Amino acid sequence: MADALSVRGVDCFYGETQVLYSLDLSLRQGEVHCLLGRNGAGKTTALKCIMGLVPARAGSIRLGDVELTRLPPHEVPRAGVAYVPQGRRLFAEMTVAENIEIGLMARHMGSDVREAVLDLFPVLRERLRQRSGTLSGGEQQQLAMARALCLEPRVLLLDEPTEGLMPSMIAKIRQSVATLRDRGVSTILVEQRVDAVLKVADRVSFIENGRVRETVEVDRLREDPDIVKRYVGVT
Amino acid sequence: MTGRDGKAIALHGGVIAALFALNFVLPEYHHGVLARVLVLAVFAMGYNLLFGYAGLLSLGHAMFFAAGLYGAGLPMYHFGWGVLAAFLSGLSAATILAFVIGMLALRTKGVAFMIVTMMFAQVGYLLVYYFGSWTRGDEGLVIQQHARAIEIGATTLDLTEPTTRYMTALFLFSVVLLVTFALVRSSFGRVLIAIRENEERTRMLGYDTFANKLVAMVASGAICGAAGAAYLILFGYVGSTFASIQYSILPLLWVLLGGASTTLGPLVGTVLMFYLIDGSGDLLKTYAPGWNISHLGIVGAALIILVLFFPKGILGTIRDRWARWLP
Repeated sequence: MADALSVRGVDCFYGETQVLYSLDLSLRQGEVHCLLGRNGAGKTTALKCIMGLVPARAGSIRLGDVELTRLPPHEVPRAGVAYVPQGRRLFAEMTVAENIEIGLMARHMGSDVREAVLDLFPVLRERLRQRSGTLSGGEQQQLAMARALCLEPRVLLLDEPTEGLMPSMIAKIRQSVATLRDRGVSTILVEQRVDAVLKVADRVSFIENGRVRETVEVDRLREDPDIVKRYVGVT
Repeated sequence: MTGRDGKAIALHGGVIAALFALNFVLPEYHHGVLARVLVLAVFAMGYNLLFGYAGLLSLGHAMFFAAGLYGAGLPMYHFGWGVLAAFLSGLSAATILAFVIGMLALRTKGVAFMIVTMMFAQVGYLLVYYFGSWTRGDEGLVIQQHARAIEIGATTLDLTEPTTRYMTALFLFSVVLLVTFALVRSSFGRVLIAIRENEERTRMLGYDTFANKLVAMVASGAICGAAGAAYLILFGYVGSTFASIQYSILPLLWVLLGGASTTLGPLVGTVLMFYLIDGSGDLLKTYAPGWNISHLGIVGAALIILVLFFPKGILGTIRDRWARWLP
């Protein structure tokens, strides 16, 4: 089966400083693919580069037949890639309902998509008229994911979705990611928590100094924890 | 329609009805002042669309107001154009100018956007002097009373007549208020608010933020231009002062005072500011004729008190604390 997303030989720069070096990454259909690496390794930049927020100076990023590097950033979500950045970045002054509405309007989605998204995150249904800035961290994360899913993406990019959340919320987020995989959504997940990665991921790529050093099936990580120790320094 | 919508529509209808009723009860002086304030409130509403809703702080909106004034005034003064043609000319001049300036200035953000818009406005201000043989610089152009009338069949609508002038100003104000009300509640309005809150996130939801900001800029410029053209036609004068930095700062103050991103804030701010300046002079003359202070000192003190108790402007603070339904 063809990859859902294919990143080949991508170079990325902040100004004159190179951050990604010939990055290669393939995302299979319906898989959860985790990026692990130390702080500053280039995980978030890789996601930003896929979204076109930091332009790739070389290489190719393909979503099916579509070459994403040729699209302006606002066309990338329309092509089918949704991005939930670190820190959620909700429209804090808007209510939960308005945040979801903005997501739906972008691709003229109907109420069926809205209902499907609220079914996935039922807590949001109880908070529709609440200002999103007043939600708890976990609820905000769920809203950020819900808003991204309003685009009905084929590929979802999640940047540290469990950061700063309590264990019960982490379990809920993990469950949502698993449900999305069952529905055929392919996900790239940037994570710092190795235990969370082992529970939800299918494959893991280790990024070091802007390069993918190794990509392994998650079962291999369970058998050989030294791999994680080698790249991240903890198990 | 929700209960919030009903309240908001009732409020806007009520404000327009109250302004209509004021025509019959106001003394002559205040009648004239309010007609002027209504046109300036339209200018402020245009500014509010860009600043309040899209979050773009421009320091150059005098150029759009002046484009409306000169776009209408020059053909009336030099070529004897009629009122309607002159109004359309002023409106078109400001709209086209807003599109061109938007294409250039919207490539910048934040402080750079403020400076770029201010510089363009200064260019406009200097052009008024450069083409002084046409514009008569700060002396300005006075449009004769007989030229400020509309022929409708056998009837002549004299726009210098106080009631006609007030009603024309109210008509323009009402149209712009209702258009703004509809605009900010539409999908487009919500996208503008999203851009104001987090532009990058809005783009990552698939919105072309540049295009949306450009539409907001053009709509804002067009409204300010309509205010300028109407001001020229109703009050018969345009001079270089209207293109100066002062007229870029004033709508910002009116909007901040009344409440940015509220539809009625610009009216509240303009009325309050106008009467603060007007009233403080009278107050000093009456109660403290010997005091050697400027009446602007009183205005400043009043503004400080307002900012302390209404940090988001009057209607913005009321909305935050008591009336979430206020649009």
